[in-house]
Amino acid sequence: MFEFTADKCLIELDVNGENKNAIVRPSDLLLDVLRNQFGLTGAKPGCKNGDCGSCTIIMDGWPVKSCLVLAVEAVGHTILTVEGLAGTSPVQKAFVDYHAFQCGYCTSGFLMVCHSLWMMKSDADEEEMEDWLQSNICRCTSYKEIRKAMESVLLQNPQKS
Amino acid sequence: MIPIHFEYYRPQTVRQAVETYIRLLQEKKKPLYYGGGSEIISMSRAGDIHPGAVIDIKEIPECMVFEEQNERLVIGAAVTLRQIRDSRMFPLLGTVSKHIADHTNQCRITLGGNLCGNIIYREMSSPLLLSDAQVLFFGPDGVRRALFTDAFQLRMLMNPGELLMQIHISKQYLKSPYRYIKKTANEKIDYPLMSIAALYDQKSWRVAFSGLCASPFRSLKIEEILNQRHLSPLQRAEMVSELVPGQALSDYRGSSQYRLFMLKNTLADMMEEWEHV
Ligand SMILES: Cc1cc2nc3c(=O)[nH]c(=O)nc-3n(C[C@H](O)[C@H](O)[C@H](O)COP(=O)(O)OP(=O)(O)OC[C@H]3O[C@@H](n4cnc5c(N)ncnc54)[C@H](O)[C@@H]3O)c2cc1C
Ligand code: FES
Ligand code: FES
Repeated sequence: MFEFTADKCLIELDVNGENKNAIVRPSDLLLDVLRNQFGLTGAKPGCKNGDCGSCTIIMDGWPVKSCLVLAVEAVGHTILTVEGLAGTSPVQKAFVDYHAFQCGYCTSGFLMVCHSLWMMKSDADEEEMEDWLQSNICRCTSYKEIRKAMESVLLQNPQKS
Repeated sequence: MIPIHFEYYRPQTVRQAVETYIRLLQEKKKPLYYGGGSEIISMSRAGDIHPGAVIDIKEIPECMVFEEQNERLVIGAAVTLRQIRDSRMFPLLGTVSKHIADHTNQCRITLGGNLCGNIIYREMSSPLLLSDAQVLFFGPDGVRRALFTDAFQLRMLMNPGELLMQIHISKQYLKSPYRYIKKTANEKIDYPLMSIAALYDQKSWRVAFSGLCASPFRSLKIEEILNQRHLSPLQRAEMVSELVPGQALSDYRGSSQYRLFMLKNTLADMMEEWEHV
């Protein structure tokens, strides 16, 4: 049984393809560890309550809100943050092409949802796409542009076009 | 940040989980079983709960199982809402999953967490109340099996130390015709003002409600009225308002009068539609 009882403990996390060590409390949130210990500040704190999606990262392929995940829970799982996309995801290019941001605070969260959708469900229809995108809030209301960017990426799927 | 310290355990078997829970209870550490953690984290952060230890059940095979076995569908307590909706194995349950929180949260929220949580809506209970589901608990004395309708009385009734391990649903209900309507105050994604789940069994409709009263419920008296097809949908819907077992909720989302008004109209619409089934 994996157990973690001390006040602080050393854990190893697989983040963006690298093994990284962190000294954490069992109750530390993944969001805080990514930002404060690894300097990966792409995941943004917003509501810290699971509502806004600005802290979204990808865990084992699926989007999760890192404000609602304990850092210890991530041991043994693969974590991908916006830094790990490193400009290689087609959704990043599409966001630029379609001007899908204004202030940019929500952008990394949206990118992670969109990247996961593209990876896990590249045949998603409009309803499914909308369903995924509704997990995130954009305070600047760039919704239309974000949607168009995502649509353009899904259309690159040969089955669809 | 969560301002308190708690211990974290990730057992590999149900027995290990329960033994750990009992030991921690004796050590007065206020342990909690931990599914998706969304409620435990948000309530701990807000200072509403103060667990001394959490026992993560996501690596226990019996809690992760999700498959058809003989004549039943078996769903482990740690299966997520996303898995349930994506599988399409029990469309009514999948539809309810799809309307709880948002897609990203559905990747974490578990069936067991929704049923055992403190947030009163526990919407995943409705399809289980309608489908003669069975629930399997694991506790200090091993497995205990119960009818979901007996085990879920306003909330999940569990003995000390027990863990909700699995839900079993007979295959005969999986593809039955169903309806599901969720009404919210403003936003598409929100807690329900009221949600109504209906499942057709051979000759009649079974109906369960969440968000209307302080806990989800199914009422045989209400179903008796709803299935009297010689009465008009509106007549039946009006009679049902009198039979709600308990006070309709009144909060900032809607007053009790508003909820009852909505109940009548939504049921009438639903019946108009299901007359054709
Ligand atoms: C943004 C958001 C929106 C939501 N919207 C809705 C909604 O519309 N409708 C609705 O019904 N709910 C809604 N919820 C509530 C959510 O379904 C519950 O909070 C649920 O408890 C979360 O599941 P979890 O697996 O994360 O639970 P956890 O946080 O892991 O656990 C919750 C509670 O259940 C106990 N528990 C968990 N698993 C077990 C088990 N197997 N055996 C015994 N006890 C167990 C834990 O000890 C704890 O007390 C929403 C939650 C969020 C974050
Ligand atoms: S900060 Fe995590 S969802 Fe808002
Ligand atoms: S671009 Fe400003 S919050 Fe979305």
